[in-house]
Amino acid sequence: MASRPRVKVPKSATKGQVVQIKTLIPHKMETGMRKNKKTGKKIPRLIINKVEATFNGKPVLTADLHPAISANPYFAFYARVDESGTFKFVWTDDKGKAITTSKKVTVK
Amino acid sequence: MSNETVKQQTKLERREILKLLGLGTIAAAAGSMLSEAALATPDDASKLLAKLGGTSSYKSGKIKIKLPTIAENGATVPLTVSVDSPMTAGNYVKAIHIASEKNPRPEVASFFLSPASGKAEVSTRIRLGKTQNVVAVAVMNDGTVHRASQPIKVTIGGCGG
Repeated sequence: MASRPRVKVPKSATKGQVVQIKTLIPHKMETGMRKNKKTGKKIPRLIINKVEATFNGKPVLTADLHPAISANPYFAFYARVDESGTFKFVWTDDKGKAITTSKKVTVK
Repeated sequence: MSNETVKQQTKLERREILKLLGLGTIAAAAGSMLSEAALATPDDASKLLAKLGGTSSYKSGKIKIKLPTIAENGATVPLTVSVDSPMTAGNYVKAIHIASEKNPRPEVASFFLSPASGKAEVSTRIRLGKTQNVVAVAVMNDGTVHRASQPIKVTIGGCGG
């Protein structure tokens, strides 16, 4: 269900530049409050509850999420780039399944 | 046994059955009311933020919440929280906690930043059940906590159910 995340990071930056990072991952973010209209049973909660972004292994941003985050969770945040390296992103859902992706940035 | 007593008995049974049915419906109604009434209150949101932020004494200013004034669709409301901070190793924002005052649960999200963030600003999209205030606190690295609250009108709630 959860498929490929989309991440936007500039390919290059000047040293010390603060760049904007945008991420979006397709996910239903089932709240656990919705009911199946036919059976009347509650649909169990299944959301992405953690997002982590690191740059060359150093943490940039971590987020704990709750059902109040919309479906297909989108995040925009910033990072200071002091050297060339790789941004790594990890999304973890309630079942412990993790989806990762990474992006390279070169400092000119 | 005359025919009449039999009739009476059945009548009584019928009455009792109806009574039981009535009680059942009342109980069911109360049940559904309870589940609907189980929304967070402004108090819950404050308590949650006090727990997450580690204090309930706030400074004002520095933190800003950007939300539309009216959300037509509560299922996805764009939200930006920014904090005025240089984000250097000696002075940065450690965490931003966001809470809702009238969603079924007060928790929305917690963001943990570091000096590598460069700029203390995060954007996302959130679900809002009804017209309410969204509250956010920013925890600085020296332990001070700044708080802001922003009202928003929600036309159609987005929490399912």
